[in-house]
Amino acid sequence: MSAHSDAAAVNADRAAPARAASYLHDGYTLWSWLSSRDHKRIAILYAVSITAFFFIGATAAALMRLELFTPGADVVDADTYNRLFTAHGVIMVWMFLIPSIPSVFGNFALPLMIGARDLAFPRLNLLSWYLYAGGGLFTIAALLLGGVDTGWTFYTPYSSVFSNTHVILTLAGVLIVGFSSIATGVNFIVTVHTLRAPGMGWFKLPLFVWAIYATSVILVLATPVLAITLLLLAAERVFHVGLFNPALGGDPLLFQHLFWFYSHPAVYIMILPAMGVASEIIPCFARKRVFGYRFMAFAIIGIAVISFLVWGHHMFVSGQSAYASMVFSLLSFMVAVPSAIKVFNWTATLYKGSISFTAPMLYALGFVVLFLQGGLTGLFLASLSVDVHVTDTYFVVAHFHYIMVGGAVMAYLGAAHYWWPKITGRLYPESWARLAALIIFAGFNLTFFPQYLLGYEGMPRRYHTYPPDFQVLNVLSSAGAAILAVGYLLPLGYLLWSCLHGRPAPDNPWGASGLEWKTATPPPQHNFDRLPDGSDPPYDYPPLQE
Amino acid sequence: MSQGLALFPPSASAAARDTDALYLALTGFSTLIAAVFIALIAIFCYRYRKNAKANRAHAPSSARGLEAAWTIAPLIVFLGLFAWSARQYALQFHAPRDATRVFIVAKQWMWTVEHPNGRREINELHIPIDTPVKLIMTSQDVIHSFFVPALRNKRDVVPGRYSTLWFRADRPGEYLLLCAEYCGTDHSEMKGRVVAMAPQDYARWMEGGASHPGLAERGFALFRRHGCMGCHAAASSVHAPELSGLLGRRVRLSDGSDVVADETYVRDSIMEPQKAIVAGYEAIMPSFKTQLNEEDISAIIEYIRSLDRDELAGERP
Repeated sequence: MSAHSDAAAVNADRAAPARAASYLHDGYTLWSWLSSRDHKRIAILYAVSITAFFFIGATAAALMRLELFTPGADVVDADTYNRLFTAHGVIMVWMFLIPSIPSVFGNFALPLMIGARDLAFPRLNLLSWYLYAGGGLFTIAALLLGGVDTGWTFYTPYSSVFSNTHVILTLAGVLIVGFSSIATGVNFIVTVHTLRAPGMGWFKLPLFVWAIYATSVILVLATPVLAITLLLLAAERVFHVGLFNPALGGDPLLFQHLFWFYSHPAVYIMILPAMGVASEIIPCFARKRVFGYRFMAFAIIGIAVISFLVWGHHMFVSGQSAYASMVFSLLSFMVAVPSAIKVFNWTATLYKGSISFTAPMLYALGFVVLFLQGGLTGLFLASLSVDVHVTDTYFVVAHFHYIMVGGAVMAYLGAAHYWWPKITGRLYPESWARLAALIIFAGFNLTFFPQYLLGYEGMPRRYHTYPPDFQVLNVLSSAGAAILAVGYLLPLGYLLWSCLHGRPAPDNPWGASGLEWKTATPPPQHNFDRLPDGSDPPYDYPPLQE
Repeated sequence: MSQGLALFPPSASAAARDTDALYLALTGFSTLIAAVFIALIAIFCYRYRKNAKANRAHAPSSARGLEAAWTIAPLIVFLGLFAWSARQYALQFHAPRDATRVFIVAKQWMWTVEHPNGRREINELHIPIDTPVKLIMTSQDVIHSFFVPALRNKRDVVPGRYSTLWFRADRPGEYLLLCAEYCGTDHSEMKGRVVAMAPQDYARWMEGGASHPGLAERGFALFRRHGCMGCHAAASSVHAPELSGLLGRRVRLSDGSDVVADETYVRDSIMEPQKAIVAGYEAIMPSFKTQLNEEDISAIIEYIRSLDRDELAGERP
């Protein structure tokens, strides 16, 4: 920290008479970005790289939807199709969703929201990005060399014995990205514990900070299990150590237990930050304190804890003991309770508010509605006998896309628009942004709602071809995907345009309450000219009359 | 095309219709909850839009009673849904003792089926209606999943162990059989059909394949050819466990634990004999891993099972 305070002092001296120069003017060379320890610049490094991965993953999805437009094989062959859905899953889960909100907006906004000058370990933060980029390169290399066809779940013994694609290279990529997650998680945990502004107690933290904190705890506890699992898989594939392959005396279900012990909490790594974003945006544009703040904070912790105890609900038909399945089913219903509380409280926050429908608010409301649907269909999957029928079908595909795309990606875009003025110093074009939010909402529902019906009809997932009876719903879904593609390309266009041509943003364009809005836009390199006071309650919007 | 928008697959069993009932209840409950909350959000958004005249005084920022209510109410509904679904799930694990057994071996990318009388088929499964049928399934390579949408039932088929699935179809017809667990290149082509037939049609169909030896008879031939009788025959001088009445029996192992001898136990004892040693016996049995395939083991299991039924007319080892 001491080297950092020196740098900040120098900076403050230089800019003493007027305002300090913004972090964007702290060097213009590529190296000044690639060597920056400033959390705000590292956030932008993440934003650029995960956006690239998002569009690679989305391209794979677009090709899949094109193939599924007709029942037969016509666009790609079976092996290519299998590589496409694997690439889509691996890239979207590890290269986009897991780092998305924490590494971009957590990185940028969390220190500002708690009145800190930076994260606790700025060098570790930069290392996290390099690990992420390094892992990403391995994954891209695997893709360019011909891809991998195991599915993102790497089920054994297919992945350890039967697949002859680039499994090891992909595992290496995911393993390295995992260390990036762990480093980021440690950094956020220490930062929230030690760098809160004077007066800022735990129950004065914005809910976004609570959410990122809970996410970080999951990252630190669950990711090592993923690392161990991937190393064991590599040991079996390369050295033929019999762990999961029954021909060598191993147990294929052991892999599933280990994999889901990480990968179910990972779902909450994706959705908790999204809940945090909604909890910032909705109070801001309803001009009200979030309803039931403490309940919301406890619900976040409750979800994080229970998320570790439900992994077996991925294995109701796998051959796991029926009694184990019943326990996991019950616990899965339990995790729905705090999730339901959050939806109730966001709704109640709107009551007697003064609501304006800016683009971030449209995304946040879209998030609530889609998350509600994703959560409700989660009840179908927690119900044992219904899950037996719909597991491994498009019903599951629809369900987790409602959570991860309808939930997490909507919230990611909401966060991008909400903090855009603070990050870039420019306002984005509001009407375009509202239009994009509506197109994405419509396109999303058209893409994924028919998949629920397809799933109950019995169409399995990861199918390159399908019986003709399933075609009508597949055509609807593919049409929705085309609309969704337009919706996702629009923000890429107008947000980039606004970097150069957008109107300059004031310090607090939304009249929002958090500390991040009390500093200059864009913030100076050292964040605050004066140590901020953290003793105000969160969401301190003045009472509304009449 | 009329079938293209069907919301339900055909249903071929009472259990399938029970699952549909729970699915409909879940759909009704979810639709209600979604409708209420979407309506509330819409009403609040309209009524309290910025610049609209509305009474905004005394907006609550929390309400303990309300929050407790909307924690407990879903909890109660969830417990009810859990109980309902768990009961249906438990029934899927209790096959009637007299169920007709059919052995299934999955491999990339086909289903091979062997009936008790030795009749074999590929990618087709003929079954009688109104009769419980129990499938005893294993895989020769990767994990597959036996999925018949019309039965609303599926079970992963895992190499190195047996999984079972039972059902009682009650409507004759041809139903889609699919592989639901991704298994490589032709995963989506690994499909077939289940043909449910009236019992008399089924009996006639079964006779069509009667030229084959029965599964248990084939198992007996394998049992003799591979020298199993040298040790497991009652008169043998080698001290080896008695096999009649083995399936379903509780076995005490040398490490002090107890297991129920099911199909997976028998399979393991043949392929990985060192894995579980019966208490009081020497670990002298060799592995037959390189000599027997999955179909052979199915046959031997059926032979061992036949020992406690009719002892195969004096062929008792």
